[in-house]
Amino acid sequence: MNALVTESRFADPDRAYRALIEAHRGLTDEESAAFNSRLVLILANHIGDQAVLQDALDLAKRGETCSETRS
Amino acid sequence: MNTRKVLYQFGYQRCRDQDSPSPVRHPVVVVGAGPVGLCTAIDLAQRGVRVVLLDDADRIGEGSRGICYAKRTLEILDRLGVAEPCLERGVTWKLGKVFQRAELLYAFDLLPEDGHKMPAFINLQQYYLEHALVERAAELPNLDIRWRNKVIAIERRDDGAMLTIETPEGAYSIDADWVVAADGARSALRDMLGLAFQGEVFEDRFLIADVKMQGDFPPERWFWFDPPFHEGRSALLHKQPHDIWRIDLQLGSDADAKAEQAPERVIPRIRQMLGHDDFALEWVSVYTFQCRRLERFTHGRVVFAGDAAHQVSPFGARGANSGIQDAENLAWKLALVVKGEAPEDLIDSYDLERSAAADENIGHSTRSTDFIAPRSAQELRFRDATLALARHATFAKRMVNSGRLSMPSTYETPLSTPDVDDWSGSARLGAPLPDAPMRDRDGQPVWLLEAVGNEETLLHVPNGEPPPAGSNVIVIGRDLIDETGLFAQRFDARPGSTYLVRPDNHLAARWRHATPALIAKASRRLRGFEGEQA
Repeated sequence: MNALVTESRFADPDRAYRALIEAHRGLTDEESAAFNSRLVLILANHIGDQAVLQDALDLAKRGETCSETRS
Repeated sequence: MNTRKVLYQFGYQRCRDQDSPSPVRHPVVVVGAGPVGLCTAIDLAQRGVRVVLLDDADRIGEGSRGICYAKRTLEILDRLGVAEPCLERGVTWKLGKVFQRAELLYAFDLLPEDGHKMPAFINLQQYYLEHALVERAAELPNLDIRWRNKVIAIERRDDGAMLTIETPEGAYSIDADWVVAADGARSALRDMLGLAFQGEVFEDRFLIADVKMQGDFPPERWFWFDPPFHEGRSALLHKQPHDIWRIDLQLGSDADAKAEQAPERVIPRIRQMLGHDDFALEWVSVYTFQCRRLERFTHGRVVFAGDAAHQVSPFGARGANSGIQDAENLAWKLALVVKGEAPEDLIDSYDLERSAAADENIGHSTRSTDFIAPRSAQELRFRDATLALARHATFAKRMVNSGRLSMPSTYETPLSTPDVDDWSGSARLGAPLPDAPMRDRDGQPVWLLEAVGNEETLLHVPNGEPPPAGSNVIVIGRDLIDETGLFAQRFDARPGSTYLVRPDNHLAARWRHATPALIAKASRRLRGFEGEQA
């Protein structure tokens, strides 16, 4: 069974991050939320593995506990 | 507030050119006596070129400004004879720590291996570096520094340029075969030539405060995202010599630059950060920044270097460091061209190599700024999500970006001869040589980079056959002893391995089995004679 990979995989992670940021430039907050939802669906399908998706969901939940929202 | 101190004052002196009936001609005129102009002028003078260095001011030391000097820069400064006073005075560091709120997220080590003469970084007020450079410049008889000589007009020709210079005693003109414009981010020469300086503008304002205090922080780079003492923003702390600490606080895009510099505004912020008010303000400045560059660094016989050619955000210490690397890249090429030992279009490779370096630096500094100063609610969410995940997943930790610190560029350049053999080790074609501790013929310790020096050099590992001929050939095991084996490891050296090194210590070619014809061809190529042949 495949496991969720959490090691760094991009050759240049900074560029990958920048690509994510840039894709949102010029969008309203609502448009950004919609964009991200589409993106998550695309990536989830690319993973195509229910167990891996579940691991990713769990990791994202864990991140939530220490990320307080700010106004 | 005015906390600016003039530390070093130089005098204007009338020069002979001002009394000449017609403009005197000089091979190279460098405009701007900051670190980049000084390094260019010193390097050229060391290579036997007569240089005039002009500066519109007559003093240095207004604010500590650039404070982080990277290993590669220190290696260049060593070649120019000024690393020692800088190292003596500077604070050596290599560890960085990144905090979120009050908690340590991770630490990094910028030079995890031994066996290099120079440390990963030193912190030093820019005026100390400039002062060391001015003192070195004064030792060189063919370098003529002229303070309070302000260029007010430039007239370009195919074979040079005429400069009109204003002084306290009126204006005069000189003729230059080559002009190096190292006159800073607000380059007057760039404006005079009407050149566009384009790129990305960032809205966030940052406060720099240098404070004097007895602190018990270690000599490390500490960066906070959202610290308890400066909520919702970022902060940076760096140690400088003489108990001076550099504090850099993000203020946001709507901050009032003037009001934020008032002591009654600055002092409470710093008190909150340090937890006490046992400190004195040395220098305060509020800045915004831009990441931009000239489309071309060479405009006929006028060549731009440093901030005049490209500007970056301060995250990553890529401004002064990349400017000094420009200086070193340009100096040896210009020296060869001026002496007629290389074709004029060798200077085009300066534009090519340093443009690529500028793009790399601008890219890193832009991406760091995106992370440090998010521009929208969504960017802030991405940033905070990365920080939140960083505790649980290494991929996210790797994405946390508090500034990627200056590293030298690896040039993909027609001056390099492509590898035909396989190589491992840390030496890379087009990159500066990794240093290594060696011993000379008398058994005295010497660093590899000291032994290589200023000139085009061949390093050769013997294999029983006669070593390559030439005046700058270093035979490993004869001229330099690789006692520790680090040379062999870093260069993946085996019997017969031969390396051709450029005058700026970048690796131009290497072979497992070199022949005189291959070496001669690569040597011509690195001087720009055979660049068109792939």
